[in-house]
Amino acid sequence: MDTMAAIKQTFFQECEEQLAELETGLLAIESEEHDPDTINAVFRAVHSIKGGAGAFGLEELVRFAHTFETTLDLVRGGQIQPDAGLLKLMLRSSDILADLVRYSRDGGEMDESRVAQIHDELTRAANLDAAPAAKPAAPAPAAFEPVGAFDAGSADDDFVPITISFDDILGDGGEASSAEQIYVVSFRPKPELYAKANDAIKLLREIRALGNADVACDISDVPLLTELDPEGAYLSWTIRLGADVTEAQVREVFEFVEFDCDVSVTAEPKVDPDFEFVPAPIDETRQAMPLPVDDGPIIPEAVLAKIAQVNADPAKAPPAAAAVQAQPAQQAQTTIRVDLDRVDRLIDLVGELVINQSMLSQRVTEAGIARLSEVAVGLDDLEQLTREIQDSVMAIRAQPVRPIFQRMSRVIREVADMVGKSVRLVTEGENCEVDKTVIERLADPLTHMIRNAVDHGLEKPEDRIKAGKPEQGVVRMTAAHRSGRVIIEVSDDGAGINRARVKEIAVKRGVIEPGVPLSDSEIDDLIFAPGFSTASTVSDVSGRGVGMDVVKRSIQALGGRISISSKPGQGTTFTLSLPLTLAVLDGMVVTVAGQTLVVPLTAIVETLQPKGPEVHGLGERAKVIAIRGSFIPLIDVGYKLGYRHDEADPLNSVAIMVESENRVQSALMVDGIIGQQQVVIKSLETNYGQVFGVAAATILGDGRVAVILDVDAIVAGNRS
Amino acid sequence: MTKTVLTVDDSRTIREMLRAALTEAGMNVLQAEDGVHGLEVLDGAMPDVIVTDINMPRMDGFGFIEAVRGSDKHRAIPILVLTTESVDDKKDRARRLGATGWIVKPFDPTKLVNAINRVAA
Amino acid sequence: MMHVKEHDLSKNSELIAFRLGGQEFCVDIMSVRDIRGWTPTTPLPHSPGYVKGVINLRGSVLPVIDLAARLGFRSTEPTARHVIIVTQVGNQSVGLLVDAVSDILTINADTIQPTPDVASELARAFMKGVLAIEGRMISLIGLDSVLQSTRENSGFLN
Repeated sequence: MDTMAAIKQTFFQECEEQLAELETGLLAIESEEHDPDTINAVFRAVHSIKGGAGAFGLEELVRFAHTFETTLDLVRGGQIQPDAGLLKLMLRSSDILADLVRYSRDGGEMDESRVAQIHDELTRAANLDAAPAAKPAAPAPAAFEPVGAFDAGSADDDFVPITISFDDILGDGGEASSAEQIYVVSFRPKPELYAKANDAIKLLREIRALGNADVACDISDVPLLTELDPEGAYLSWTIRLGADVTEAQVREVFEFVEFDCDVSVTAEPKVDPDFEFVPAPIDETRQAMPLPVDDGPIIPEAVLAKIAQVNADPAKAPPAAAAVQAQPAQQAQTTIRVDLDRVDRLIDLVGELVINQSMLSQRVTEAGIARLSEVAVGLDDLEQLTREIQDSVMAIRAQPVRPIFQRMSRVIREVADMVGKSVRLVTEGENCEVDKTVIERLADPLTHMIRNAVDHGLEKPEDRIKAGKPEQGVVRMTAAHRSGRVIIEVSDDGAGINRARVKEIAVKRGVIEPGVPLSDSEIDDLIFAPGFSTASTVSDVSGRGVGMDVVKRSIQALGGRISISSKPGQGTTFTLSLPLTLAVLDGMVVTVAGQTLVVPLTAIVETLQPKGPEVHGLGERAKVIAIRGSFIPLIDVGYKLGYRHDEADPLNSVAIMVESENRVQSALMVDGIIGQQQVVIKSLETNYGQVFGVAAATILGDGRVAVILDVDAIVAGNRS
Repeated sequence: MTKTVLTVDDSRTIREMLRAALTEAGMNVLQAEDGVHGLEVLDGAMPDVIVTDINMPRMDGFGFIEAVRGSDKHRAIPILVLTTESVDDKKDRARRLGATGWIVKPFDPTKLVNAINRVAA
Repeated sequence: MMHVKEHDLSKNSELIAFRLGGQEFCVDIMSVRDIRGWTPTTPLPHSPGYVKGVINLRGSVLPVIDLAARLGFRSTEPTARHVIIVTQVGNQSVGLLVDAVSDILTINADTIQPTPDVASELARAFMKGVLAIEGRMISLIGLDSVLQSTRENSGFLN
């Protein structure tokens, strides 16, 4: 990737970080948990996005960020107070800013009216016309604007460049001629000039570079050595410069020092009448355009050309100068950025190391080597190290759940607006880290749960008041680590599940038979039944037939579980329990027809040994097992997978009770259970393909491949 | 002689743009994320020029300029201020604290290199 | 499924020759990653008979094909003397179970003759041609077709 495209990518990554920072800050201010630094951080975030956007000529983004920044600056300066209304506006502005960033990155059509509306509201909030700090500097007289314009790429007229006396240009610019002009420059530095690390010599050299210069130094002010202040300024110069430049260009040399010296530039009238001519009108137009002020002599044109070209079309840009990338990093940075592929590869390799190590341990045990021998002790150390390496490597890909929580706060705002409810999101544990691969797949289910909480969980404002609750509802999202898993809870302080209504709907939709006695939690669980929705109308918020069953399935696909608890009048809590990574899985190792298989632990409810009276035949082949009054289908895994042609005797088998999608319980018959262990997930599809009943493969301690059972497929296949 | 420039900016994007422009012009680049970090880098380095942002966490550009000008070892290093703010009081404040010059963001690489050449030997 | 083409044979290509049920076959050495002794495989559910199962090849899961069975000969009863040739085309690796590796040949691409019609249709589908070397007839196996058919017949919902 070439340099500019890479930097642009960096810019967009950084924007995401700044947007997150912005939102966190605004939410902290909203909940009054902020300190003075918070508003500074919020301001900086927007400021930084504006700065980068300006560099890439993203005008719309610059314009919006600028207005937003101006409002924030006034809040920062205490000129306006961040009341609830303003905070809401700023949160919406941060959403717009996020959209603008993403549209700038991914392309597409932005809803301009929405941008314009928020832009106007921000402008009004800041009362920008009355706020002097926000006003761009007074525009230059139109005819001379090009002098002031920083460069053609900068469309934002707020970036007014260095002040140059327009009077000087007025008197001179129009007369710029191709002939040499004589200037008399007198230059007397003050001590401040040197104190700021400016240097008269460098300025003189720069003047000399403009043309032919006669430099005369006036040393008359230099005192006796005994009286000389080593940090004083005693020299002054008079330069007679003959150069084909404008007076502005001469003055520009003194740009940084104009307050720290006395400087005057005078153009001598031209004496040679031969050089006086009246340009043709068309030439005048051209020449009347003052030369750009920064048209200095030391121009690596290649830099300019390259950057312009890259900006115009990043894809066609020339390859990066390798030197730029390979420049020895003298920088003192505390982080490095690594390609995700490399991390994935490392995680893979460490997974293999773990397998290898356990194989080695097993072989050593099989060889009958004493547990206290040096070999065995060394192996124990190796095992310890391997585990630590695995943990450290997994930590590289671990990310805090914060960004996804922040995304949810936006979802809440949108849904709350749509359904006319006032909602506050409270989050906890945003720093809790989970594997990136898990986080990426959490967004959809969480979005849906949050929508449900606002749309169905919380009461309408008037109902809340009637119930003696504050009008504003609270949705709480928390994350925490618990015994090697991450637990995410989404709760609301709404009315809780209306169980009578849930039951009624479940009966109406044929999810349950009428008159079946159900416990409260069993009724609550009906929420996860396919196609179930407690909304009496399909609202545009949680409509489209996507129910909690979909959420449950996607959580299970992640190796997670979801549960619900609800208290009437107090609210509902959904609890997600997720693995920290998708690279490993907790499994139960079982034997079936001489083969070793792994059953994901998340699917397993319990294991039991079937007894004679519990097993009943049903039809020609099917068997069921009676457990606590229900009949659960018995599935012979070995037969299902084609490992044997006759079904096994349930009484010689172990039954693993599993719950697959849709809360269907089944009993998987296996020959025996070896134990539980964490296994590294290996793809079968890379070299082979999908296999019915098999989710993936793994490599066990003996070095053999074992397949990981796809419980849902086995159960579903049994029914069809 | 190859010039070494210390760039101090909290924006990774700007740091990278500076690096690209400066390395293209044959200069060495040191980087720091804010004023505090900048002083840490200066602890073991003697750049020819410092280019610093104003708005930064922990220690902003003003504090940084003040600290550099107050240091016996580094007070003579020219400091250029990077600012998106056309507002003159920012620039003036930086100048009063000892900034050598300034560059307005979004900066043009040529202008940046010219400014550095102007203040650095 | 993208069809990844096997490396094209050029002049002075090297081939690995092996024996299978009394006949000789060969594959392009450029596609061979490893040659190892037989290790017991883990059978895959519902897989075609010629798929012996999968083995652990340095941490990745490698399917092993009984090449004799795939070509329509009698299936192999593997012993410790049998050999697995680990081949790779594109990103897909497959192990071929053969009786023994016999030789490394250097040939010119233009010495390959078309497969005679007498071979069964199944066998012809996986052969690119035959070579006559020192009075032996050696059939050149087209790995791309073997690997692709393996993926297509992986047995999902068979």
